[in-house]
Amino acid sequence: MKITQISVFLENRKGRLYEVCSLLGKNKINIRALSIGETDEFGILRIVVDKPEEAVKILKSNGLVANLTDIVALEITDKPGGLAGILKILSENSINIEYMYGFIEKASDNAILVFRFEDTDRAIEILKKNKIKVIGKAEIANL
Amino acid sequence: MAINYWDKKIEIIDRAALKKLQLKLLKETVQQALKTDFYKNRLRKCGITSANDIKSLKDIEKIPFTTKDDLRECYPYGLLAVSQDDVVRLHTSSGTTGIPTVIYHTKNDLNSWSDLVARCILATGVTHKDVFQNMMTYGLFTGGLGLHYGAEKVGATVIPAGPGNTKRQLQLMKDFSTTVVHATPSYMLHIGSKLEEMGFSLKDLKLKKAYLGAEPYSENTRKKIEKLFHIDAYNSYGLSEMNGPGVAFECVYKCGMHTWEDAYILEIIDPKTGKDLPEGKEGEIVLTTLRRKATPILRYRTRDLAFIHKGLCKCHRTHRRLSRITGRTDDMLIVNGVNVFPSQIEEVLMRIPQVGNNYQIFLKKDGALDKLIIKVEIYSKMFKGDLKEIDILKETIKDELRACIVIHPSVELHEPGALPVWEGKAKRVFDERPKL
Repeated sequence: MKITQISVFLENRKGRLYEVCSLLGKNKINIRALSIGETDEFGILRIVVDKPEEAVKILKSNGLVANLTDIVALEITDKPGGLAGILKILSENSINIEYMYGFIEKASDNAILVFRFEDTDRAIEILKKNKIKVIGKAEIANL
Repeated sequence: MAINYWDKKIEIIDRAALKKLQLKLLKETVQQALKTDFYKNRLRKCGITSANDIKSLKDIEKIPFTTKDDLRECYPYGLLAVSQDDVVRLHTSSGTTGIPTVIYHTKNDLNSWSDLVARCILATGVTHKDVFQNMMTYGLFTGGLGLHYGAEKVGATVIPAGPGNTKRQLQLMKDFSTTVVHATPSYMLHIGSKLEEMGFSLKDLKLKKAYLGAEPYSENTRKKIEKLFHIDAYNSYGLSEMNGPGVAFECVYKCGMHTWEDAYILEIIDPKTGKDLPEGKEGEIVLTTLRRKATPILRYRTRDLAFIHKGLCKCHRTHRRLSRITGRTDDMLIVNGVNVFPSQIEEVLMRIPQVGNNYQIFLKKDGALDKLIIKVEIYSKMFKGDLKEIDILKETIKDELRACIVIHPSVELHEPGALPVWEGKAKRVFDERPKL
């Protein structure tokens, strides 16, 4: 139940993020979640969109360095301790998180967070065993 | 002014006797060179099969030039003219495209090298009473060891400090009353700018002299360094192919570098035509070793530009004086005293698969020190999406470059297409350092 994130290598230069977002906008691609990992001179833009394959094709054909990355989206109870509960399970099973960020929308009363794990398959296996709801591609596209 | 000599007889030898000596030594060198496959072939092609084919000094013009590329092609043993049992040391230097060059020395070769360096040291008025702190790099780079052995021969107290660690340098200078240092001009400027910040004052130091070499600099920079430390600074010239430092050095009069013509035949040629130029005319320095048995080199094109000062020096040395190095005939860069060719950088970058086709080399000043910045476009197909992976790539590029060119560059990664594209010959090197 992996979903696809697009990672884009971006130089730290004025207007670069705008160029990427407007390119996606013009092509009617909707951004569902977004985060940026940055260093002094460049950043990696991470986005979850409704049509990832199409989006990555558009980005690449416009000269951007982009690729698809497997991530896992989880529904988390939107109340104090909700995230901690999941992190406890991951920690107890020695699952390493490389990075994570939140979704803009909500599917229900629950929040959606996406995770990039070191070992995605094992993470999904542990999460399922612990009855955590993993969101699939179709659900993301329909959000 | 008191004038000291290490080997007075040879240092003030009259020109006619010097030329006679040169001819004798040139014949010996040709004989020695003929023991190597490289020179045997090359000299035979121009009709020289024995030392007897050299009848006058003018005959040197029959001998073709030797280039850095020739030395590379001979790597590792092609220019070794003695049995390896007689070799006591070797120095390699990086070639222009990754293949290094090597120079071998016999015990005697090292001995005559340090004798030349000892001459240089005495010519500046330094004696066995002095404390000499050597801030040049030791190891394969000849700058450190060359001066080291010469200074030991003179009997000075030698502190083999090596470069860097400015605070410790100053502490050594203070604790041991260093009177003379050997460094690159940019490092001297750096020390000067840090002195007070590091809790020292000029009064703590007993410094009197500095030997400056390994990178080109102007008369103004010399004056600046002399004023900064209240010392005398002397210009030094050498290259690893000709042993290293000790080829030419200034005397107390600081009016050009006496080139030891009993150890080297000095020619200044027009780099385009290869023709000999008269004294006073700027051209490329060409040198022939006269005393080195292990690796004789005939008419080596140094790629350094300079001219020969006319007239005699007040110190009575008859060995002609070379001007400051005014430039290069190739694209070699000198970064903190280390020689780097853009082609070496390109070679390293292009063997890393994540690197795209375009790159730029920037040279800037960080305080008094040089900073080498390599801007690289990444190859989009190799991008998997991780920040970590990009960090690793950056480290890989840095490590590979450091292994090849010995200096620590900073690396900037760019998107494909971000660096300017050139039609025709690309301009990739941007030297933004103010001239020293």
